[in-house]
Amino acid sequence: MSLAPAGAAPSSRAVAAPVRPAAPPAARRRSGRRRAASFGWGVLAALVAALFAFPVYWMVNSSLLPTNLISGPDLHLWPDQLTLRNYETAMFRQVRSPFVPALGNSLQVTFLVLVASMVLAFLAALAVTRFRFRGRRAFVLSILVVQMIPGEAMMISVFQMVDAAQLLNTVVALGVVYLAGVLPFTIWTLRGFVNGVPVELEEAAMIDGCSRPRAFWKVTFPLLAPGLVATGVFAFLQAWNEFMMALIIMTRPESMTLPVWLRTFQQATKATDWGALMAGSVLVAVPVVIFFLIVQGRMTGGLVSGAVKG
Amino acid sequence: MSSTTLQAAPPSAAPAPRATRAITSARLLPWLLLAPSLAVLAVITGYPLVRMLWLSVHEYERAQLLGVPAEFVGLDNYVATLTDSRFWTVTFRSFAFMVVCVVLTITVGTLVALLLMKLGRVMRLVLSVGLLLAWAMPPLAAMLVWGWMFDSQYGVVNHLLTRLTSTSWTGHLWLIDPLSFFAVAALVIVWGAVPFVAFTLYAGFTQVPGEVLEAAQLDGASARQRFFGVQVPYVRSIYVVLIVLSMIWDLKVFTQIFVLQGIGGIKSETSTLGVYIYEMGMAQGHYGAASAIAVIFTIIMLAISAYYVRATVKEEQL
Repeated sequence: MSLAPAGAAPSSRAVAAPVRPAAPPAARRRSGRRRAASFGWGVLAALVAALFAFPVYWMVNSSLLPTNLISGPDLHLWPDQLTLRNYETAMFRQVRSPFVPALGNSLQVTFLVLVASMVLAFLAALAVTRFRFRGRRAFVLSILVVQMIPGEAMMISVFQMVDAAQLLNTVVALGVVYLAGVLPFTIWTLRGFVNGVPVELEEAAMIDGCSRPRAFWKVTFPLLAPGLVATGVFAFLQAWNEFMMALIIMTRPESMTLPVWLRTFQQATKATDWGALMAGSVLVAVPVVIFFLIVQGRMTGGLVSGAVKG
Repeated sequence: MSSTTLQAAPPSAAPAPRATRAITSARLLPWLLLAPSLAVLAVITGYPLVRMLWLSVHEYERAQLLGVPAEFVGLDNYVATLTDSRFWTVTFRSFAFMVVCVVLTITVGTLVALLLMKLGRVMRLVLSVGLLLAWAMPPLAAMLVWGWMFDSQYGVVNHLLTRLTSTSWTGHLWLIDPLSFFAVAALVIVWGAVPFVAFTLYAGFTQVPGEVLEAAQLDGASARQRFFGVQVPYVRSIYVVLIVLSMIWDLKVFTQIFVLQGIGGIKSETSTLGVYIYEMGMAQGHYGAASAIAVIFTIIMLAISAYYVRATVKEEQL
């Protein structure tokens, strides 16, 4: 239903080949000009890195400064008067839309989508790679096409359906909507990874007396770890970050997820408390940043492997 | 040969039932494995798709939501949409915005990828961490931070501009003028999209064999010629995928525009297709008319991705 920019694109071939680092410069003896050039590139890189990281730094900086300093005449480039007041405001002073239930809802939805999408996608990927059956091609083709249907177009009918089922403001409804959104991509990606595990390995296990399901579970499943990480990251990001569907399905304050909760900081009627809003943004962003740092490097492999024509 | 086959035939009659059972279970098994996914997709994607088509050919407003029967109106909603100048303005705006964002994203992404190639280990790590931080920011949080940075009173951008230009920028409203509204929106989207593009292209560039580049250099090819003549053709398929995906993501942009409007933009002058559907349908309750727009929007998206889907099907030999 929707593709989030953060996930890797549908992989074109099987197990991600480790990306080779650039070859070391052939010449060991560097002339002065060369060294100057490499110094120049280094400075440029530092500058670009600072530009990209600045908004993140500014968010943290503003969240740690007292309100009267943020909304003052002077610019405070670093938190020279450290305070956690904004975090206290964001977490405990939002009376109309409290933080703790929103965190709970986000965690539940994310957990549901993560687990369900990986199990369902694993089963479906096995079906389309290890079996030849009528309708297989049609199914694979349709999940490829369904990925391209924008969730923005579907929001009205999805809303009406959830409303008619009297499931508005329930974690299950939002979770299932997200699940349908991530499944095409996760099935597609895992399909590529399962294809990369030679079927002979399973057959060998079966000759040794394994049953077919056991061969899947004991042989194929462990070899799919990189694929499961890639799809898991995608599902996690989708469920944790998604805003539009959560906006229309989770309308009551106690059933909001974190992104919808974050938006309630801005009320048309009063001035925005930017310090608290930045503290809230930090709270939403921190788990994702940690997640990214852990799995970095595995995010783009799927797109690249096999894509370079020799 | 044929006689042995004939002779072998009769005894096979006995194990036949078991063989049939094995075949049926082998036929059923893939469908059993697919069943959970199929069920979810049929209910949560299939049904709303049908419902969207149904809504688009019915008169469906708030009253119908409360139980008044919906009247079949044929293609009236489509005619109304296609003759509405607002629809064309929004569509043109969305496309123009998309083109600007995609061109900027791919260009900057390429430059950053080439920069990554030039660096030693330490600086490459530094740049990667910077890019990773931008990439990891949830779109909503990112949008709010940028909104704060461009705040008219206390935003860091106006602060710095005042210092640098020695004229007062305090109170400058970035989001009121549609053009500068979209400049801010494009900046945020490109900032968020470049890391993925840069990392992907960098990974592609590193797989271009060094001997080919060296040979080109020995033959006197300039850095520019090496880039367009060697590196780009090698990673052509990556470029195609990145461009198509960027087009899709930037055309259906919702969160960024919606949030920026909330911070201080004029809705009627800054809505893109996704936001327009939300406004027409969810906010104003013209469900039928909004569904007609949604159907047109879906067709546009499928048309854009058709090339990508075809290329993928061919390459994967489904």
